[in-house]
Amino acid sequence: MANNKPLKKVDLIFSEAFLNRDELKEVLSRSADEVIQELLDSGLRGRGGAGFPTGLKWKFTRDQKDPEKYVVCNADEGEPGTFKDREILDRVGRKVFNGMALCARTIGAKEGYLYLRGEYRFLLPKLYQILDEFHEDMKALGMDFHIDIKLGSGAYVCGEESALFESMQGDRGEPRNKPPYPTEYGFRGKPTVINNVETFVSALIINRIGAEKYQKLGTVDSRGSKLFSISGDTPIPGIYELELGMTVEQFVNEFGDGDTKAVQVGGAAGFCVPRKKFTDTIIGFEGVPTGGSMMLFNSSRSMYNVLHNYLDFFKEESCGQCTPCRVGCQQLFLGIEAVKRGEKPASYLETLLKLSQTMKITAKCGLGQSVGNSFHSIVNNFREEMIY
Amino acid sequence: MSEIETLVKELADKHGRKRESLIPILQGVVEKERYLSDEAMTEIARELDIAAAQVYGTATFYSFLDTVPRGKYVIRICKTISCSMKNGNEVIKAISDILKIQVGETTPDKKFTLLEANCLGWCHKGPAMLINDTPYTELTPQKVREIIAEYKRK
Repeated sequence: MANNKPLKKVDLIFSEAFLNRDELKEVLSRSADEVIQELLDSGLRGRGGAGFPTGLKWKFTRDQKDPEKYVVCNADEGEPGTFKDREILDRVGRKVFNGMALCARTIGAKEGYLYLRGEYRFLLPKLYQILDEFHEDMKALGMDFHIDIKLGSGAYVCGEESALFESMQGDRGEPRNKPPYPTEYGFRGKPTVINNVETFVSALIINRIGAEKYQKLGTVDSRGSKLFSISGDTPIPGIYELELGMTVEQFVNEFGDGDTKAVQVGGAAGFCVPRKKFTDTIIGFEGVPTGGSMMLFNSSRSMYNVLHNYLDFFKEESCGQCTPCRVGCQQLFLGIEAVKRGEKPASYLETLLKLSQTMKITAKCGLGQSVGNSFHSIVNNFREEMIY
Repeated sequence: MSEIETLVKELADKHGRKRESLIPILQGVVEKERYLSDEAMTEIARELDIAAAQVYGTATFYSFLDTVPRGKYVIRICKTISCSMKNGNEVIKAISDILKIQVGETTPDKKFTLLEANCLGWCHKGPAMLINDTPYTELTPQKVREIIAEYKRK
């Protein structure tokens, strides 16, 4: 494997292209079938982390008979270690709205919403200004589509799509049972396309440059490029657009500080990759998937502290609706503390691993289901740090 | 009409009186009052014609919808991993020393509240905090001293 190949940097998301009215007109002239086919051909998968094929999502929603449909942009970027959506909205917000308009035209929606996390409220004046221009252009192009902004109020779980709808509807942000999926039963119980901020931009770009060109980037399972939010022990933290399909080794060669012992891929809900697995772990859907969060840890860091921080996060952010997650997060947190203090034997870690496995199977939503990802990968790879 | 009744009515006129209007109204009250008093929540329930328990249940779900009095400036400092790795604790301690309050407390003059928050989305520029809606990044004890001094003069 060509592990030392330098990473390919890409400039699609933040480029100045595809911002103006003429560009929008051009892309909106495509038929719904063309748009969906282009997305399917491109292999684009959702950029928020879950990775559902975007073309299918748009197709399923389009196929619904209900005349009332919605386009929702998920800007509730709360995963620890990710901050790219803020930057997209700040620098090329118009592209997001254009992508939403493309989606609306494709599925047949008249209303769109941007659900912005409360922590990004400072972006509102700028976004409203861009929206004013956007709505003028909609009018000029004769398209009946309006976007409104709904503001979150500090709840990580609202990034879960069905919890986000509940929050938009004025309720506690508690995830729903799935199925039915949003394509069928979303905002206000109507067919809804809900995509991550970056996904709307990528969908727009793909429909301008063509699937063929986009396809050339990435691997079979992870097509294209995406934004990475890079933080932790790195001399060059920030946001980078990179071609998908690199190994953790390649990534560390570029961004590490020379002493990287682990990389957390996908945030607190993601996976911890230890040094010995850098070379054979691919960052992408065939290996470790990520919504963009990449946190590097060097040998000065205690992985117990890292896990402790994640579990503290999860126990606070669990919505408390289902028992596996509500109780599980607390017990994992208390459990590793007890092992560390010597109040429980090291073998208690096995009990905790079983608990996190149970949560994976039984929790109602992605939050509770993914706590086990970091728990397993940290406890199994850094067991001695959990005990001593 | 009391001050809070007027505010709730204004917000309901602006955002509507549907269930969907609830969170924008709650946000509007917090923006003005910095917290949701029992009186405010009861008034919102009356205005929207829903049970006060529904209002309370929704408000207490969200960490930014405070139901206890807060200061004029609410400082939320990130405690999640990337910020904490960049000596976030020192910054928290510095603020605590400057304001002479612990995390979770409000200064006696009701000007500042110090809270910890989960990831604010500035991991590459940690430690980060929000003062009301405004983000501040790459904090050091020296930097927060200057920032807070500025707010004290306001």
